[in-house]
Amino acid sequence: MSIFVSTFYLFSLSVIAGGLMTVISRNPVHSVLWLILAFLSSAGLFVLLGAEFLAMLLIIVYVGAVAVLFLFVVMMLDVDFSTLKAEMAGYLPIALLIAVVLVMQLAMAFGLWSYADTAVGAREVLVNPEYHNTQALGLILYDRYFILFQLSGLILLVAMIGAIVLTLRHRKNVKRQNILSQIYRDPDKSLEILDVKPGQGL
Amino acid sequence: MAEFFASSWGTALILISQGLMMAVFLLLSAYFLIYADRKVWAAVQMRRGPNVVGAFGLLQSGADMLKLVFKEIIIPAGADKPVFFLAPLISFVMAILAWAVIPLNDGWVLSEINVALLFVFAISSLEVYGVIMGGWASNSKYPFLGSLRSAAQMISYEVSIGLIIIGVIISTGSMNFGDIVRAQEGEFGIFNWYWLPHLPMVFLFFISALAETNRPPFDLPEAESELVAGFQVEYSSTPFLLFMAGELIAVFLMCALTTLLFFGGWLSPIPGLADGFHWMLAKMGFFFFVFAMVKAITPRYRYDQLMRLGWKVFLPISLGWVIIVAFLAKFNMFGGAYARWVIGA
Repeated sequence: MSIFVSTFYLFSLSVIAGGLMTVISRNPVHSVLWLILAFLSSAGLFVLLGAEFLAMLLIIVYVGAVAVLFLFVVMMLDVDFSTLKAEMAGYLPIALLIAVVLVMQLAMAFGLWSYADTAVGAREVLVNPEYHNTQALGLILYDRYFILFQLSGLILLVAMIGAIVLTLRHRKNVKRQNILSQIYRDPDKSLEILDVKPGQGL
Repeated sequence: MAEFFASSWGTALILISQGLMMAVFLLLSAYFLIYADRKVWAAVQMRRGPNVVGAFGLLQSGADMLKLVFKEIIIPAGADKPVFFLAPLISFVMAILAWAVIPLNDGWVLSEINVALLFVFAISSLEVYGVIMGGWASNSKYPFLGSLRSAAQMISYEVSIGLIIIGVIISTGSMNFGDIVRAQEGEFGIFNWYWLPHLPMVFLFFISALAETNRPPFDLPEAESELVAGFQVEYSSTPFLLFMAGELIAVFLMCALTTLLFFGGWLSPIPGLADGFHWMLAKMGFFFFVFAMVKAITPRYRYDQLMRLGWKVFLPISLGWVIIVAFLAKFNMFGGAYARWVIGA
């Protein structure tokens, strides 16, 4: 078995193990940690595909930012997960239904469908030796699909502003710091240098 | 034999031994850096620093290390054991891992990848987990507070570091450290380096690096006066040693990054002198000296001031700088100082 294949199996096994443990861990913090393992291993799979830029983005965005937020929330919120889990049993039929649909879709994708001749070529675009895949992605996002890319950014911005508007509350009766007045405070007016003799005090 | 080394398992063997060499280099430098750190600190405070063990106290770091290794490992009651021991390992391994793409000389690099800069950025964003897991798994209030603070701090300053790095990437047109350093080559030696066109960002990067590595004046996670020792409170013996070594190697990584991004890496400052490893080492050593001096002469920041500085001062400035650099590079201003594309063009 070549080293490429064995690393592929290593990463895929740890993605599956990470995903499984995310679901069945009793401790929610452990769940998030297993989720991080799944993210990291899928980044490894991206590297094996030759998509190193996507792999790094996956680590930076999902592991470096999103998962940290998850971890924060899970650690700080005092949620009683056992009652949540008990309620979850009620959703079991729906979950099973979704799982069956997913399995059927996968079976269709790999069993009945055949690939068009162009599909194989399209998959190899990623490892085009003339471009680094950073360049290739940049050309697609900022050149060909510039407007769509900017619009999706705009949608995210609107969502962010919406979230802020929904949660922003100006509480009264709270003492706030005035940073500017702190910065522009004059040392001459607030400090006094005294020559104190030893043992005497002021 | 030659056949074996050409096969994929042979290549793996070569890579592993190269990696071990890099790790030995890093641990040796950590050994002397902690000594240098203490000596500089002592000199500023007009003390002598370590001077008993070995000549000039050179063996002090080794003695400390042995002492820590032979101590008892204390596990707090109610600690989450696997996570508790995973945390120092993560912070140590991540600190070393980032060096896989750092070149020490032209071609002296473990892995010459296109997205080297992103790799370093990704790995340094993983270092947060060592702190956050250590604080949570200790099952104690001070470490938890320290780790929450630290995580917020590291994430905040990562954003501005990322934006500053983007400026350099725009100027070079590549995320490979070799390309970035080669783009700084020129007939004027030191004046060809990126510190001149990117001057304001050098300071911002350095300060963000201080905050990112939890060095004073931004050592809020440890803040002895209020949190005892932050996320490290419950750690003793070897796990504590791993935290300390990881922190120090992360600091050294920031020195290497400053050198590579803004100060020409292994290039000689004076035109005519030979480039090489010694310049890289000398520059990293100089920046470590600056790190140590900052530690000695600045008082600790207040937490709200730290967050304000990160989000309301550094982030807008570095974001604005990215836009400015993009324009300067696009329209080839200042004799192409901002547009030194190595690849593509």
